[in-house]
Amino acid sequence: MSLRHGLWQDAWRRLRRNRAALASGVLLIAILCAALLLPLLSPYSYYAPDWDHLIEPPAFRGWHFLGTDALGRDLLVRTLWGCRISLLVGIAASLVTVTIGVLWGTIAGYVGGRVDALMMRSVDVLYSVPFIPFVIVLTVLFGRDLLLIFIAIGAVSWLDIARIVRGQTLALRNREFIEAARVAGVGTPAMILRHLVPNLIGIVIIYATLTIPTVILFEAFLSFLGLGVQSPMTSLGSLVAEGAGRMQSYPHLLLVPAVFLAAIVYAFNYLGDGLRDALDPRDR
Amino acid sequence: MRRYLLRRLLGAIPTLLVIATLAFAMLHAVPGGPFDAARPMEPEIRKAILAKYHLDEPVWQQYLHYLGDLARGNLGPSFQYRGTSVNELIAQGLPVDLAVGGTALLLALLAGTSIGLYAALHRNSRRDWLLMGLAVAGISIPLFVIAPVLVLVFALKLHWLPPGDWVAGSLAHLVLPAVALALPYTAYIARLTRGSALEVLGSAYIRTARAKGLPLRVVMLRHALRPTLLPVVSFLGPAIAGVITGSIVIETVFALPGIGRYFTLGALNRDYTLVMGITILYGALIIACNLLVDLAYALLDPRVRHEP
Repeated sequence: MSLRHGLWQDAWRRLRRNRAALASGVLLIAILCAALLLPLLSPYSYYAPDWDHLIEPPAFRGWHFLGTDALGRDLLVRTLWGCRISLLVGIAASLVTVTIGVLWGTIAGYVGGRVDALMMRSVDVLYSVPFIPFVIVLTVLFGRDLLLIFIAIGAVSWLDIARIVRGQTLALRNREFIEAARVAGVGTPAMILRHLVPNLIGIVIIYATLTIPTVILFEAFLSFLGLGVQSPMTSLGSLVAEGAGRMQSYPHLLLVPAVFLAAIVYAFNYLGDGLRDALDPRDR
Repeated sequence: MRRYLLRRLLGAIPTLLVIATLAFAMLHAVPGGPFDAARPMEPEIRKAILAKYHLDEPVWQQYLHYLGDLARGNLGPSFQYRGTSVNELIAQGLPVDLAVGGTALLLALLAGTSIGLYAALHRNSRRDWLLMGLAVAGISIPLFVIAPVLVLVFALKLHWLPPGDWVAGSLAHLVLPAVALALPYTAYIARLTRGSALEVLGSAYIRTARAKGLPLRVVMLRHALRPTLLPVVSFLGPAIAGVITGSIVIETVFALPGIGRYFTLGALNRDYTLVMGITILYGALIIACNLLVDLAYALLDPRVRHEP
């Protein structure tokens, strides 16, 4: 038995006791593995039609386990590709969000004074900007580029993280170890990257986990409006949008991707809540 | 209080200016204009049209022109709907959005706080688990899945309500869109209320009130309700912004003639003035609602009332 009782050991212990969070984590890993591996093993691709099996319901006799869409494309393979794209967009955009938010918050909190006032005032102003219209316009005007979607979503959702990180930085700023580092002559950039950011990792992980589902839903929203990734490539959002149009006759086209989408978002929310309880136990 | 209000109203002006400038810069930075139609126009006609909409002037002049009009409350002519001004289009669409969005917010507030309080009072019971599981589901299932499913069940299968379209003043046409839009916010507010109620119910003054013999109902309504609602009130700002976004989806699903539809069409057709006008309107709505939320906060919480 280990006698070490650091923050991470404690957090891991608390997380393990939270069954919902643990199950969510396992589910997410399973979906991720399936999304990465299964399309390689399947005889079908996400784009090639199978003319003998147009728009079939789920069947466990043949090879199209979850049926096919109107063009005879395997729904399971397309849904797993959709999971890939949605997870990719979610994780990449959250990285952008967290990077901007953490740097903005730590700089404002650590430097303080007029810089802080200016930076946080601009966050206040940006809070009132209706960003979703802006993102819609951006995607319409610059084409449906996946990279642009990352950047656009990442660039608009960093405000909350910046505020929270600034608050934490203000609390850390007067601690002895920061003062000691300052006396030792550590400059501002090194102070932020070496001493402040590592101490904020807990809160950053929590918010990154909770940002991913919002981003996935937002990408799905764009895809639903026809502004997401372009056919034949697909995402969970565009699959759901396609399915919604045909749900009366072919409910499986809506249900299969909707279940995957809901499961991913559900699991990230539970995992985020669990991580919050594990890493930041003051609340309970 | 009056000075605070005045300062906040003045503070809104630079914010609106930032929004207008961002919208203007973005729309003018992209290649392609609203009159680059597939069918080429006669050069004279093109020139006349560009001159009519001031599109032949240098960009800074167009910008000043736009700001001048904006200050007078004129959002300019629509490029796509010839002969109609953006103001007129907004005046047509906004009542629909206000009806649907307002009803949805009200529903979400009433249902969300009731569910949250109920779950908090029955903490860790089966009913609590069930309600909170449903709430997470409500947050996780996107609006554009919920809305078509509601249409399928209540309009196409049960024939209780119309599947879409809009008849001004008809309650039946309002129900499905408002309920669909309200569901995710109901779920979120329920979770917020439950968490905050548990915190409040655990505090010492509630224990004192219970200890002196007040029944639970009285303690809840007289002592616990106001502090419980504080986080809900501060969530209203983001909720209103979210309802605006949601209304774009709702208008697509239910074929409602609101401004969200004009916005999506305007963005696809490069109707600069329409898109800028609606964006600025959205910004103004968000600013106004945030101000109202802050005022409500001061009314509910005496601790913030005397801050500068």
